[in-house]
Amino acid sequence: MTQFILKRLMSGVVVLFGLSVFTFMLIHFIPGDPVRIMLGQRATVEQIEALREELGLNKPLVSQYVSYASGLIQGDLGTSLKTGRPVSTEIAERFPATAKMAVASLGVAVIVGVGLGVIAARFKDTFIDGMIMMFSTLGMALPGFWLGLLVILVFSVHLGWFPIAGGTGLLDIVLPALTLGTLMATALSRLTRAGMVEILSNDYIRTARAKGMGERIILLRHAFRNVMIPIVAVIGLEFAGLLGGAVIVEQVFNWPGIGTLAIQAISSRDFPMIQGTTLFIGAIYVVVVIVIDVLYALLDPRINFSAKREGA
Amino acid sequence: MTHVLEVSGLTTTFTKNEKAFKVVDDLSLYVRKGEALGIVGESGCGKSVASLSLMRLLGKNGKTEGSILLNGQKILSCSEHEMQNIRGKEMAMIFQEPMTSLNPVLTIGRQMSEGLEKHEGMKRAQSKEKVIELLTQVGIARANEIYHEYPHRLSGGMRQRVMIAMAIACNPKLLIADEPTTALDVTIQAQILQLIQNVRTERGTSLIMITHDLGVVAETCDRVMVMYAGQVIESADVRTLLRNPKHPYTIGLIQSTPHRSKGQKRLYSIAGSVPTPEEYPQGCRFAPRCDKAMPVCLEQNPQLLAVDQASDCRCWLYQEHTKGTAVNA
Repeated sequence: MTQFILKRLMSGVVVLFGLSVFTFMLIHFIPGDPVRIMLGQRATVEQIEALREELGLNKPLVSQYVSYASGLIQGDLGTSLKTGRPVSTEIAERFPATAKMAVASLGVAVIVGVGLGVIAARFKDTFIDGMIMMFSTLGMALPGFWLGLLVILVFSVHLGWFPIAGGTGLLDIVLPALTLGTLMATALSRLTRAGMVEILSNDYIRTARAKGMGERIILLRHAFRNVMIPIVAVIGLEFAGLLGGAVIVEQVFNWPGIGTLAIQAISSRDFPMIQGTTLFIGAIYVVVVIVIDVLYALLDPRINFSAKREGA
Repeated sequence: MTHVLEVSGLTTTFTKNEKAFKVVDDLSLYVRKGEALGIVGESGCGKSVASLSLMRLLGKNGKTEGSILLNGQKILSCSEHEMQNIRGKEMAMIFQEPMTSLNPVLTIGRQMSEGLEKHEGMKRAQSKEKVIELLTQVGIARANEIYHEYPHRLSGGMRQRVMIAMAIACNPKLLIADEPTTALDVTIQAQILQLIQNVRTERGTSLIMITHDLGVVAETCDRVMVMYAGQVIESADVRTLLRNPKHPYTIGLIQSTPHRSKGQKRLYSIAGSVPTPEEYPQGCRFAPRCDKAMPVCLEQNPQLLAVDQASDCRCWLYQEHTKGTAVNA
């Protein structure tokens, strides 16, 4: 198992290297000059040249990359052009807010999505199933920013139950988490239902019934774990997406997370910051995918990393 | 004579595209205490559906009518909750596919103990002891280790042993084995049949053996019923049926069994295949494939009637001898 994780981490490093080269190139192809943005319209050519020189932006691209990459190897993500503070500090400051929201949203998504999916499968082709599937279709059709604005309007403006936006406290998290979580739940509920319906037609479910097991035990003990195997991958990738910042919903709720940071970095052409956030999000995906694989092995005893098995 | 199971007029109907199909048609049978009844037939003759109907495991699509009495209890009027207390406790089932009949993500121990915990009210520690005892009884070495194993680590034969141990865990009065050896290697088949026999004689369990293999019936059963296209076409004790078959289908079935000593050049085969419920003919359902078919066979389906002391048969060839003698059970 350890060997497996190490191997995956190694290949993750290669992925991140490729990602750094790719974003570096992409950033320099997009129009817009960070120096001009920093100095404003009325800066003189001398001022611009001087700042370029100072930031090392006048050197050839390759040598710029080499100096960036050598910093990267030492764990240095560079300094933000906009704020002059280290990129890693900025990300570290923003990450807790994003992580909080990711965990809360995922919680909502898993409880609502998987729960509804199991219920829909249990009452397949009945009124309940139909209602749940209608809800899920509706949810998939709704754009996140629209739902976000709507819940702010209803729960904050009219009812005044929750703060409108801006904070990162427990109450502040409820609406964005509900918005993101519900949207994620819709797809998850369909996936769970489909998986559950398929699993329930398996021979071993019939065996469990033949033993006299009740519906609850069949669903929760016999079917659920089997259903979770494919669903864990989807949940994991959704979670990685959330950890990388839910850009639109963060904007709507004015949530000071990674998503907002990345958007600001792009609009001000803050090269090191764009690089830093991109690499950070990439690293999250690498780690999450490894975690998914480990979870697979925990859920499905047929998957084995090494010749020696662990006990049951 | 006490009958563990008495079934009369069992009819299972499936509905497809708003048309109803009788997959099992007016099946009547009984099983005495400790007796083994074989139900033989080709694939698609309704024998598996019949067995699932007995356990009421068909789900929503199949509708079962008639009467099933298990130790005097009316199975078809039980609630689902009552059924859950009967399944695994009063009657248990062994399935055809040991490879897919065990849950891949639960340990053998977990899957075996849950029945004991439900029906016998055992706690985990008690049930573990019992499970290991059962596994040892069905001939699994290292039962202590197997308890913690997952199904994918076991061979097909081992898994079928586990299925048998699981089925007999709560000492059911009736065991239904649906093609328990079909998916296994020949050498393992004999062992599994022997095991089922041992279990039966040790515990006095009644058995319904569902199979397409007359050899299995000869080995394990006391009486046998031959099914064709959803109906019983012949019923007799095993010796009589094998030595003196009445129905042309049974005769064909026996002739098409390979036999070492006969030295026949080419194996006999019955032409055609079992009709699906959509295409059951108006007359005798076997008539289109029967080499003895008479005009009457194509017009009217014969009754299942007693031919003599030993055999019941559903065939026009024997109806004149037995005019009016309706067969009960």
